[in-house]
Amino acid sequence: MHQLTLSKIVEALNQKEFSSKEIVSHYLDRIQKYDTQLNSFITLTPEVALKKAAEADALRQKKHDYPPLLGVPIAQKDIFCTEGIKTTCGSKMLDNFIAPYNATVVNNMNQAGVISLGKTNMDEFAMGSSNETSYYGPVKNPWNTQTVPGGSSGGSAAAVAARLVPGATGTDTGGSIRQPAALCGITGLKPTYGLVSRYGMIAFASSLDQAGPMAQTAEDCGLLLQSMAGFDPLDSTSIEKPLPNFNAELMSSLKGKTFGLPKEFFQAGLDSSVSKVIDEAINQFKKLGVNFKEISLPNLAHSVPVYYVVAPAECSSNLSRYDGVRFGHCSTQAKNLDELYKFSRAEGFGSEVKRRIMIGTYALSSGYYDAYYLKAQKLRQKIAQDFALAFKEVDLILSPTAPTTAFKIGAKSTDLLEMYLQDIYTIAVNLAGLAAISLPAGLADNMPVGVQLIGNHFSEPQLLNAGHQFQLHTSHHQKTPIDFA
Amino acid sequence: MSLSADEVKKISNLAKLHIEEHEISTYAQHLSTILNFVEQISQVDTQEIEPMSHPLENMSQRMREDKVTEIVDRDVFQALSAHHEAGLYLVPLVIDEK
Repeated sequence: MHQLTLSKIVEALNQKEFSSKEIVSHYLDRIQKYDTQLNSFITLTPEVALKKAAEADALRQKKHDYPPLLGVPIAQKDIFCTEGIKTTCGSKMLDNFIAPYNATVVNNMNQAGVISLGKTNMDEFAMGSSNETSYYGPVKNPWNTQTVPGGSSGGSAAAVAARLVPGATGTDTGGSIRQPAALCGITGLKPTYGLVSRYGMIAFASSLDQAGPMAQTAEDCGLLLQSMAGFDPLDSTSIEKPLPNFNAELMSSLKGKTFGLPKEFFQAGLDSSVSKVIDEAINQFKKLGVNFKEISLPNLAHSVPVYYVVAPAECSSNLSRYDGVRFGHCSTQAKNLDELYKFSRAEGFGSEVKRRIMIGTYALSSGYYDAYYLKAQKLRQKIAQDFALAFKEVDLILSPTAPTTAFKIGAKSTDLLEMYLQDIYTIAVNLAGLAAISLPAGLADNMPVGVQLIGNHFSEPQLLNAGHQFQLHTSHHQKTPIDFA
Repeated sequence: MSLSADEVKKISNLAKLHIEEHEISTYAQHLSTILNFVEQISQVDTQEIEPMSHPLENMSQRMREDKVTEIVDRDVFQALSAHHEAGLYLVPLVIDEK
């Protein structure tokens, strides 16, 4: 049952092959049995899930038109506020935080009928590429539990890869959906900036943050995205335009399409075994009729340094709300108000979050704004212009998702820059607000490799089309880690 | 560049983060590493380039009507704080007695 894709589960529920209660119980049992090895969940909500499953089954019996994903189990990344349910963002700061309202994503998905089984583990405040910065301990990669699942949406990626849920939500500020999807061998989509509401999604870097789906296949990601996206007056950057049917073009032929290969993405730093798998993916797309063309994105090299100005600057501003007064961790050591702020924050935040707050504070402090944030926003414009030019020549851009396969837990935690460079192929997409998908492309030394397709703003239907066509002709997305089969 | 202990203390004060004396050298080293890495952006010519204000072209900030859209339930929100009483948040001493 757990090898079924989310789309197949919807079909089976509609055909009454099994009930929502049966499928929800099946996944809850698997979580019970396997998650002690993975640590992919922070909070489980089995009682609520079973109750909602019974309601879903009753509704399906009674009515002919019901919501599209009625009774389908999923998991929510613990960055989304869930009313009455603990929402930690992977931080000690919010260890006691019961959200007083739902994120729009949660409301939208509930309305579409999904049933959340719990909240998934993540890097603290989504700051990390390995899930090692979580206050609740690292998540293990189901393909090899000595290795990381990637991050920050590592809990969601590991849970889907181990088939503990058929789909989950993630958020992507610099690669946090795509890189863990690649490292765990699943599909993950980062939508165009503004397509999915950020309301109730705990803020890290507001001009980059975007929520998206993670699942076995592109088709499943399209179904989940359909339930997540939409204009939201509560998010001032939400895009006010009608939603397309994201899966409308799944069956279109790729014949005659042109994909760009940015030469800057295929240089030093790319692991040779990963490169080999990417070459095979390129060949597969060629067989499907895609033409390839070398392109250049000359400012790409600046994307990681630009990101490490913009993201920390926005994080230092966003995280100033944690003051120990209104919600979150409150120090008991403070003798005056200044100490209350400083001690609560020092005790509540982990070291990576503190580093980024301090970098951002420095970059925004008096006398430094022009040299850092303003300069970075100008370079961001140049990076976006490179992409705009490229999309005049090509339909989509292909690249690796990550430079290596999953690394050992602890292996990069001492070298900050090496960890930051994990996102070298994903960050530019966020800086330019583009859409991109990571697809399972095969294994290198028995560990999954992801291939990334980048599209222009609002290209989700084309990305899902390319992903679906690739998956119709490959089986990489069906492979499961042997210990969790 | 390398941040001095005083600079680290100044930043931590601005960021309202308490750091222990023995942590200062580690922070100085880590923050300097990151700042040296991002320093490379200063080499790029960005004259005539408008800083990005929104990732999507031609997007401007949407304004909402000046109308009351939600009623805040004070009790619900205050229940999240560690110390509150009679609708007020309680904090330690704000002004020193000295």
